[in-house]
Amino acid sequence: MFANFDFDVIRRSLSYLFFDGMTFTLTLTSLATFGGIVFGTLIALMRLSGFWLLGRVAGLYVDLMRSLPLVLVIFWFYFLVPYIGQWLTGSSRPVRVGAFASSLVTFTLFEAAYFSEIMRAGIQSISKGQPAAAQALGLTYSQTMRYVVLPQAFRNMLPVLLTQTIVLFQDTSLVYVLSIPDFLGAASKVAQRDGRLVEMYLFAAAVYFVISCVASFGVRRLQARVAFAH
Amino acid sequence: MNYHWNWRVFWEPAPNGTGSYLDMLLTGLLVTIETAICAWIIALMTGIVIGVLRTLPSRTASWIGFAWVEFFRNMPLLVQLFLWFFVLPEILPPSWGLWMKQIPNAPFYTAAIGIGLFMSARVAEQTRAGINALPRGQKMAATALGLTTGQTYRYVLLPMALRIILPPLTSEFLSTIKNTSVAITIGLIELTAEARAMQEFSFQVFEAFTAATILYLLVNIVVVIAMRFVERGLAVPGYITGK
Repeated sequence: MFANFDFDVIRRSLSYLFFDGMTFTLTLTSLATFGGIVFGTLIALMRLSGFWLLGRVAGLYVDLMRSLPLVLVIFWFYFLVPYIGQWLTGSSRPVRVGAFASSLVTFTLFEAAYFSEIMRAGIQSISKGQPAAAQALGLTYSQTMRYVVLPQAFRNMLPVLLTQTIVLFQDTSLVYVLSIPDFLGAASKVAQRDGRLVEMYLFAAAVYFVISCVASFGVRRLQARVAFAH
Repeated sequence: MNYHWNWRVFWEPAPNGTGSYLDMLLTGLLVTIETAICAWIIALMTGIVIGVLRTLPSRTASWIGFAWVEFFRNMPLLVQLFLWFFVLPEILPPSWGLWMKQIPNAPFYTAAIGIGLFMSARVAEQTRAGINALPRGQKMAATALGLTTGQTYRYVLLPMALRIILPPLTSEFLSTIKNTSVAITIGLIELTAEARAMQEFSFQVFEAFTAATILYLLVNIVVVIAMRFVERGLAVPGYITGK
């Protein structure tokens, strides 16, 4: 079955696959993770703030994002972001937004919903005595969150946040629907150009598999250490 | 904003001749639901078997379960669908490959099986968690009564474990519905694809996507409410999940 398997097509395209494709995928993954955690933490704080309206808005946002397929959300933002740009800059025409910026906005806002649920669980896992003690020391709400609650919540939830990052890493392959050359998009371009679908897709699958396996193995070890520390 | 809203576009005839744009979206919704249900049946059956394998005392069995879960969990769904759709027919013996390429409606079968197997890894993890959540005494009592391993799982462990994991299974089913949209890449014309087609034909981007969004939300709500009834109907009185 591997008789006419052409390994050379993989070797020839390695630099394109990794320097262009994988760089795009990893940059998108890390920036969207960072943005998603920041924005997700804000949403979690809104939900736990005790203000009815803030909590309701944050809850609706999370529920909405979590009930929609990512592919649909990618399309939504691809067409919506130029209009948001127009509204923000006050220009007379929709702003042209690059593929990277558009997918970054999409993944940040979409994953924020998932990260916010993790952060919410993290914040709720902190015992009530901690914020109470912080308040007794005269810390303000933002100081309590910044110095007492959030650092602990973040540390407790680190394994879950990283697992979600692995999911995000795999999900970035869906930018394929916008014909963006991320790692899979690059592999698919070469595959179609050279008529070598079998080699390129098997190679892409193997690369995703190895990266995700190594990453989830690392997370599992981290989890064991966090569990041990408690 | 120089976007021209036109909400009446849904009643205009679609250029593909199958009725109005609304009919187009509803056809897509039907494909989404059919694919999701087929995929879910595959995911449940395989997932429960694999989940049970992982809890068996046999080393080989739990290793097979582990390998299965890792294999399907560590590749993006999109890549898996490409493997089933583009790669599998090429590496099989030529006559089989030819047969696979000639199946009518191939994207549908590929999507149902591909998404089903992808989700089976998640169902397996839930099943394993559910079985491990049971008090150890249940298994011991079953053994003491002289039940075989098969009987223990069939009559004692699984009926309780599956009830425990009903809520997470509901969200896995919702994920299955959402994941059907990934099959747009292998040419399955489901709801997202129909919304995209409507946008290309009519240039009414936001109307098309709003309608698709509302339909997905409705499906979600229906599933959540239906599962609440199922949970209530199956609850064992006096047990944690029963109220």
